[in-house]
Formats: sequence, structure tokens, C-alpha cells
Amino acid sequence: MSTTASAPATPPAQHDEGRSFIDTVVRAREVSLIGVLALLVLGVSIAEPRFLNAQNLRDILLNVTIVALLAVGQTIVVVTRNIDLSVGSILGITAFATGVMFADHNLPIGVVFVGGILFGAFFGAINGAMVAFAKVPSLVITLGTLYVIRGIDYAWAHGRQINAADMPDSFLDLGTAQVAGFPVLPLITVAVMILVGTVLGRARMGRELYAIGSNPDAANLAGIRVTRRVLGAFVASGAIAGLAGVLYAARFGTLDAAAGNGIELAAVSAVVVGGVAIFGGSGTVYGAALGALLLATIRSSLVNLQVNPFWEQAINGTLLLAAIALDRLLALRMARELRRRASHRV
Amino acid sequence: MSDLKTRLARWETVTVFLLIGAIIYGTSTSEDFFTGGNLNSILSDIVEIAIIALPLTLIIVAAEIDLSVASVVGLTSALIGYLWNHGWAMEMIIPAVIVAGAVAGAINGVLVTRLGLPSLAVTIGTLGLYRGLAYVILGDTAVADFPSQFTDWGFGTFAGTQIPNPFIVFVVLAVVFGIVLHRTGIGRSIFAMGANEEAAHFSGVRVKRIKFWLFVVTGAVAALAGVIYTFRFASARADNAVGLELSVVAVVLLGGVSIFGGRGHLLGVICAVLLLGTLRNALTINDVSAEVLTIVTGSLLLLSVLGPSVAARIRGALRTTKSREEGNVQVQ
Repeated sequence: MSTTASAPATPPAQHDEGRSFIDTVVRAREVSLIGVLALLVLGVSIAEPRFLNAQNLRDILLNVTIVALLAVGQTIVVVTRNIDLSVGSILGITAFATGVMFADHNLPIGVVFVGGILFGAFFGAINGAMVAFAKVPSLVITLGTLYVIRGIDYAWAHGRQINAADMPDSFLDLGTAQVAGFPVLPLITVAVMILVGTVLGRARMGRELYAIGSNPDAANLAGIRVTRRVLGAFVASGAIAGLAGVLYAARFGTLDAAAGNGIELAAVSAVVVGGVAIFGGSGTVYGAALGALLLATIRSSLVNLQVNPFWEQAINGTLLLAAIALDRLLALRMARELRRRASHRV
Repeated sequence: MSDLKTRLARWETVTVFLLIGAIIYGTSTSEDFFTGGNLNSILSDIVEIAIIALPLTLIIVAAEIDLSVASVVGLTSALIGYLWNHGWAMEMIIPAVIVAGAVAGAINGVLVTRLGLPSLAVTIGTLGLYRGLAYVILGDTAVADFPSQFTDWGFGTFAGTQIPNPFIVFVVLAVVFGIVLHRTGIGRSIFAMGANEEAAHFSGVRVKRIKFWLFVVTGAVAALAGVIYTFRFASARADNAVGLELSVVAVVLLGGVSIFGGRGHLLGVICAVLLLGTLRNALTINDVSAEVLTIVTGSLLLLSVLGPSVAARIRGALRTTKSREEGNVQVQ
């Protein structure tokens, strides 16, 4: 009990030190991602100067839009120590729904956007309800809903393909429009990223999500409404996947039931490469988006360097493994550091 | 322990009932259902899923997971095509690719046991890596000029019955895995480490070693499934069996194996495999689209995990109400 006398005096300073160390570790991931990205772009442009032209960069940004958006949504879920494998299917069904809303019902663009987001949120709510209330691991739940939603999508589409001609030009123009030379679609992703990032980083709701992922039992005992937050996380992920589906329709124009098949793996890879620990509790949407950007840039580099494009998946897989190993190392280091500081306080 | 057993038995009973239900559905809606030829269809359709489900059951009971199995199948297939094109004899190719599968499993094993990485993330990574390697090896071409003695075996039947040859491989493996899991010390160790890894470790169970070898075996068996797949379809392609891992995991969970580890019975998994095959077949015979099948598979998977969870909660709620009532009686 003699420690209580000295405790009030020392914690504030050490607490700040501790927080800034952890901040550095977290920021380090984003910074190193930007660094790797810069090195990559530099290296490729030296080998192939055509890489750096504006059109190519614009293409990379367009290509990464959808995956980066999914990665942002996935971050919200992964941070709580869950995973959402159904985002590809949600994207697919909302993309098709977008086509149907335009082709069959001639709804205005605004309504379609809202409709797509709500549709996605609906599926997210189903996922969240099962995970939060039935307490079944999200891996299994979202594996199941991946199947079920894709099946519903196929059954609804019945082989139908919706063409660009069925959708209004003003909508499709979003896919190619630019604002001051910057394509519009990636801007939407950036806006969502900043919105989600701010909530996660600053709002109480966001911090609670991190707490849940860090230690669910402690979070529960601390009075956090775990069920409600986890449900909310899945609804958000679903809503974002819904938005991604609408953007997919704007970007690609031709829609069938296979849209977004398998894209969930790209989203998870981007998230892990971006520093969001698969065990929850850490990582940011900015990292996740950077992860998606890195993977997309690598893909474009391969094309530009005329490397056999079949290397892409192998490289993505290796990067994912490297990222997880790195995360593990950092987590061990951090745990050691925290233990060291805790022992100093005594 | 017996409480767990009864709970498990309850889910397996559901699976058996579902299997019977599927068979009834099949026979009542089509007279071709109960023929030998149809039995052959059912068993052939799910033979790779069945074979891979065996080691995966052990892995999930050990509280790990391996999502890279389908990619190992693809990689194996690509290797078979590649080596065949380079003049290797099939007798050399088959053992070589199985070793390759074991190596792939060993990589998973090392990352999980030596580096302590979560198997979910690792096997998502190797899922991409191995499939990617398959594409690098074979591109998007197919190799289909295999000698008929192998492809004939692949879709041939056993000794005059209608049972497909590959299914015999499954039966043999099922017996082996069943004995290992339920009748040997290693099997008990696997249950123990799945239930509580630390307790098992301190009880002297070589957790890391067993887990490592489980991954190696899974890789080797997935490679074997890849060989069978290639012969059955008489075609080696890098994109063979894409997405198969979902069916395998679905079947294992449907068979009553807990995703948390430590519980499950191989018979339940075998039942679930037959259920999946029968259901797919019954629906296809009735011209139900493949899409509905996807919905059904997914729903069964959800049911298999929600069922026990909801049942446990109901039981818990009933127990609380019961003890509250008893408490009131006592107070009075």
C-alpha cells in the first residue's frame, strides 16, 4: 500500500510517455505503408516511365476505389475482433439491385444511393444480430451469409444481365467524371474513409469498438454495450458494402449476379496489410485504405512492367503473410514495453 | 463430459434426421433417385469435399482452421499438369505432388506453431499464395491428355458395384482418421488442446508438435484430393476447386464439430457429407437451380452453429427460471 503515496505523482508523466509510444507504433504502420508505396512507385517509374502518367494513376485510383471502400468497412468489424466475409455477396446483390432500381423502376439517383446503402445495412444487421446475440463466431456466420446472399442474388437475377444502356448516363458518368482532374469515385471513398476514421478515432462509440476488440470481457465489465456496438459495426460494414455495390454499378455498367465474387479476400488482405490486427483492438481505416492502395499499385506495376500477371495473387498472399508476421512482432514488442513500464511504476 | 456428449449427440441426431429427410425428398420426387447410377453421382460429387473434411475435422477440433485446402488442390492440379507436360511419368508425379502438398501444409504449420500467428489469417494468406503459385505454374491453360488408365480410375467404379473408386479412398481414410481421433492418445490430445490449449500444454500434451503435423497431414490429404479431382475431371487447371474450402468447412461444422474446438465426432461429419451430397443431388434431379443449392448450403451452415447456441441459451434461461421458482418456494 506504500505505493499509493507515490502513485499520484508519477502516473501522469508515464501515462503520457506510454501513450505516445503506442501512438508512434500505430502511426509507424501508416508511415511505413506510405514509404513502401513511394518506393514502389519510384522503382517502377524508373523501370517503366510510362507508369507515372496521369491516366495510369487515375486508373489505379479507380481500381482501388471499391476494394478500399470495402476495406474501410471491414476495418470497423475487424477492430472488434470479428470478420465480415459476406461483403462480396452484399456488394453483388446491391449492385444488381442498383441495376434493377434504374432499369425496372426508373428511380432517381439519390434514391438509388440511399436504397443501396439501406439494402446493405439490412444484410449487415442480419449478420450483426447473429454474431452479437447468438454469440457465434463471425467467421462462421459470415461464411454462411456469404453463401446465402450470393444464392439469393443468383436466384433473383436468374441469369439476367443488366447493361449500361439500362442505366441513366448521369449515373454512369460518375464512373468517369472528374473533379479538378481527380476522378469522382475515389473521392467518395476518401470521404467515407475520413468520416469513419474520425468516428473510430475520436468518438466514444469508436473507442468502444477498439476496447471490445482488445478485450471483450473487460469491455463488457467496463459497461460498454458490447452487443449494441458489435451489431452497429456489422450494420456499418453492410451499409458500406451496399454503397460499394452502387459504385460498382456506376463503374462497370454491366451487372450480373457474379459481381464482387471473391472480393472479400482482397478486402481482408488490404485490411491486414494496412495494419489492422486480425485479433482486433488496433489499426485504422487510413492504414486499411493504404493497404488497398498498395495492393492495387502492385497489380498495376505488374501490368506495366509486363510481368506475368499471374504473379499477382501469389504476391498478395505473401504480403498478407508478411504483414501478419510483422504485426505479431510489433504486438510482442509492445507487450514487452508495456510490461516494462508497468514494472517501473512499482 | 457426458453433458457435452448429449449436446453433441443432439446435433448429430438433427443431421441424421436431415439426411433421412433429404433421402425421402429425393425418392418421393423422382424415381431415378434410388438407383445405383444416382448413388454413384452423389458419392462422386462430394468425394473431394469428403476426403478433405477428414483432416480438417481434426484441425477444427484442435481449435485451428485451414482455409488454404482448396488452393492446395488447385496447386496440386497445376503441378500435375506442369510435370506431365515436362515428361514426368505419372507414377513419379503422384508422390511428388503429395509431398508438395505436405510442404504446403508444413508452411502453414510453421507459421502457426513457430511464429504463433493466428491460423485464420495465415491460411487466408496461403490460400492466396498457393492459388497464385498454381496460376504462375500453369497460367490459365488446361492439361487434359492424361493416360486413360488414370482417368478411367478417376471416374470408374469399384469391383462391379456403383461405388466410385475415389470413394473407396475416402472410406479407407475415414476409418484411419476415425480411429486416430476417437481411439488413440493423439486423438484425446487433440480434443484436449482444442478445449483448453494451456491446460493441455501443462498436462504434457505436445501441442505445437501435434498441430504442426495436423497441418502437414491436411496439406498432404488436400494434395491427394487434388490428384483425384484432376483424374475425375481428366483436366488439370490452376482454377480447379476454387471456393471448395467453404464447402469443406460447412460440412465439418454441419457435422457437429464446434468451431471453438474440443468437441465433435467424425461420424457426424461423415453424416453431414452424405447430407450435402444427397441434398445437392435431390435438388439437381428436381431441376432446382444451383443457386437455391447455395442458399441451402449456407442456411444449413448457419443452422448448424445457431442451433446449438440458441438451444444452450434456452436451456440457460430455463434453468434460471427454474431456480428462481425454486428459490421463491424456499423463501415462502
